[in-house]
Amino acid sequence: MKIIDKKQLAPGIMQFIVEAPLIAAKAEPGNFIILRYKEEGERIPLTIADFDRERGTITLVCQGIGKSTKEINQMQKGESFLDLLGPLGQAYPIKKVGTVACVAGGLGVAPLYPKAKALHQAGNRVLSMIGAQRKEMLIMTEEMAAVSDQISFSTDDGSFGYHGFVTDLLRQTLEKEDVHEIVAVGPVPMMAAATKVAKEFNVPIVVSLNALMVDGTGMCGGCRVTVGGETKFCCVDGPAFDGALVNFEELMSRQRYYRKQEQEALHRCRLEEAGK
Amino acid sequence: MRQQMPKQDPQLRRENFNEVALGFTSAQAQTEAQRCLNCKKPLCVQGCPVEIDIPRFIKLLAEGDPEAALAKIKEKNSLPAICGRVCPQENQCEKLCILGKKGEPIAIGALERYCADWGRAHQSGEQLPEVKATKGKVAVVGSGPAGLTAAADLAQMGYQVTVFESLHAPGGVLRYGIPEFRLPKEIVDYEVKYLEKLGVEIKTNFLIGKTLTLKELFDQGYQAIFIGTGAGLPYFLGIPGENLNGVYSANEFLTRVNLMKAYKFPEYDTPICLGQRVAVVGAGNVAMDAARTALRLGAEEVSIVYRRSREEMPARLEEIENAEEEGIIFRLLTNPVRLEGNETGDVTAMICQKMELGEPDASGRRRPVPIPGSEFALPVDTVVVAIGQGPNPILLQGTEGLALNKRGYIEVDPETLMTSIPGVFAGGDIVTGAATVIAAMGAGKKAARAIDRYLTERQ
Ligand SMILES: Cc1cc2nc3c(=O)[nH]c(=O)nc-3n(C[C@H](O)[C@H](O)[C@H](O)COP(=O)(O)OP(=O)(O)OC[C@H]3O[C@@H](n4cnc5c(N)ncnc54)[C@H](O)[C@@H]3O)c2cc1C
Ligand SMILES: Cc1cc2nc3c(=O)[nH]c(=O)nc-3n(C[C@H](O)[C@H](O)[C@H](O)COP(=O)(O)OP(=O)(O)OC[C@H]3O[C@@H](n4cnc5c(N)ncnc54)[C@H](O)[C@@H]3O)c2cc1C
Ligand code: SF4
Ligand code: FES
Repeated sequence: MKIIDKKQLAPGIMQFIVEAPLIAAKAEPGNFIILRYKEEGERIPLTIADFDRERGTITLVCQGIGKSTKEINQMQKGESFLDLLGPLGQAYPIKKVGTVACVAGGLGVAPLYPKAKALHQAGNRVLSMIGAQRKEMLIMTEEMAAVSDQISFSTDDGSFGYHGFVTDLLRQTLEKEDVHEIVAVGPVPMMAAATKVAKEFNVPIVVSLNALMVDGTGMCGGCRVTVGGETKFCCVDGPAFDGALVNFEELMSRQRYYRKQEQEALHRCRLEEAGK
Repeated sequence: MRQQMPKQDPQLRRENFNEVALGFTSAQAQTEAQRCLNCKKPLCVQGCPVEIDIPRFIKLLAEGDPEAALAKIKEKNSLPAICGRVCPQENQCEKLCILGKKGEPIAIGALERYCADWGRAHQSGEQLPEVKATKGKVAVVGSGPAGLTAAADLAQMGYQVTVFESLHAPGGVLRYGIPEFRLPKEIVDYEVKYLEKLGVEIKTNFLIGKTLTLKELFDQGYQAIFIGTGAGLPYFLGIPGENLNGVYSANEFLTRVNLMKAYKFPEYDTPICLGQRVAVVGAGNVAMDAARTALRLGAEEVSIVYRRSREEMPARLEEIENAEEEGIIFRLLTNPVRLEGNETGDVTAMICQKMELGEPDASGRRRPVPIPGSEFALPVDTVVVAIGQGPNPILLQGTEGLALNKRGYIEVDPETLMTSIPGVFAGGDIVTGAATVIAAMGAGKKAARAIDRYLTERQ
């Protein structure tokens, strides 16, 4: 659980290489871990962005958006996380289907990378599309390029690559290419938009859902999502699901539920910082 | 006359998480112990799932020797401070006590608790029997009462025991389910420490079936495995609107509060969203715990919504009374049919149907049937679903060759508790379905003996 390396990938986004031989030995693309970094801390789910079975390490990429993730990003090389549980969730089934479009928005690159890598290794033609708010927020571009047959970028402000949403890139790709499967990971609205495009072109799409979680082991049901009209537990049945069947609206609403408390926590945390 | 346990005043306690029942004073314990007839053929013992020598421990207590009384209890029950607090004595030992015929059975549970609390206060450097772990390695999966008991017994028999627990803290339901005001976590910590003193190693953050499989445990040199993973999968009602914000399973609600200490938010980071009007569906111990927790978190009105009548409520009598004293509203013969929400997806109302009791059903209880045209809306902003739990699928699906019964629980040989995989034993809620702490402990004990026999015979 010791952090053996840490580096900044973009403003507010840190990459950690963590010693976790048992988890590394079992990790598959699509799996995630739950960590706690201090006694009073929440249980925070993070995707296993990469793993090295020989060195016994896993890679985590964390974006500081709230109190917990910001505090995690303060952790230094040499320190240890208090608790690390995994690998959790269903492994993403890697098959050879032909051409796969890998679409990531923002931090979604981190969870997407191990899948793209495995899909590439399985002999698929991988067309990657990565979107971010602005150029400096694009992460893991080299890693993604190494496992893609084609890669394109988009930024919301036009500072790099296509000026617009990454889902526009997806549309353009589907217009000219024969794509057999789409994998999309990113903020929920982006995955919802990608699903809409996929449906238009009648291409199957897999999305990776980030429902709020507590235990991550199927014990609380807090992570429930509606897929194909049925309630599923994101932590055990997912986190990857058939995008065409996901009720994104419900997911977005459930993610907003703790907004007030989150802001309170963040506010206090800023006050504490200011006091120092 | 049967002694009454002093309790915190209902008006005060509904605002704090401190323990409700305060325990007998030593004078009360004396008086109560002296009432025992020390029956030659004590019926009480027949009601005890772990067969504590009840008259003997009570006699020792009456003679003024709580230390010896505690030692007597511990011969059979390694977690008396817990059992003295949460066992349904009214259905077990106290139900059969001969004095119960006149309506005043001995308060056996309160006396057990008294002895255990005396021990915690007076035996800081408790002498532990020196046991060398020479008999081999055993793995225990799950650290609820079943796992903890199996581990303690096996360690005492001379095995090197490792407990694997998926959460970050041991104790199972004792940790994440039963609230502080009924079972202070300090007591769970104390019992876990005792286990560690016996040489048991506890590895948290280990999800067996994912982090390691049973097969890998054998490969690592464990010669036998005990599975005590409990019934941790929450059931939902399956009615429309159940995924609205503000609808919790009791497991999530209680885990946020007990394990993650959301009642101390923002000192602790895990939040809980609680409205002013809370409805808890169900009427078992879990429902009572959730309702009383909601009250303590500051809800204005908390009700229990239950489709049968008072007689069928499965919770312990004491807890129902406690809940009533604290001001929980009981909406009986009332069944939720759907939940309604607002534009942001937050729950606002529970649409209920009034019920009446009809013919007895398979469980022998009279079946509730809806009264036509009786629908009404109960305004709510938080709903807690406490209608039962099932077996968690992770370990079961990750283990090839593990036979399950029709209900999805692990099938075992009733004599040895061995599963369909040789060397793998199971007990507690994962075999019986949600039951009691003492039944889980009993299973842990039985399995420990069977594991010892199994490994001894194989030598
Ligand atoms: C399976 C899974 C994998 C994930 N992988 C990663 C990862 O690799 N890297 C990473 O940085 N984050 C990942 N997340 C999201 C991460 O867990 C959340 O960002 C984190 O829990 C937020 O905690 P906080 O206290 O910092 O922020 P909070 O103050 O709690 O929340 C800030 C904002 O983030 C939203 N949020 C809170 N929790 C989640 C959540 N679980 N998912 C999505 N949004 C959330 C809130 O709605 C709020 O708007 C993953 C989530 C899941 C469920
Ligand atoms: C809220 C509540 C109140 C209750 N009140 C009472 C009461 O007053 N009196 C009473 O007698 N009974 C009560 N019960 C019931 C009682 O607590 C249970 O019957 C008892 O705890 C079952 O014990 P167990 O050891 O079988 O499982 P549990 O206590 O459920 O423990 C199982 C443990 O295994 C862990 N686990 C699960 N899967 C894995 C895995 N794959 N790998 C590693 N670890 C795993 C879990 O995290 C958990 O810690 C209550 C239950 C609840 C939920
Ligand atoms: S049955 Fe009652 S009176 Fe008789 S020994 Fe047991 S506790 Fe005492
Ligand atoms: S996070 Fe608790 S069941 Fe999924």
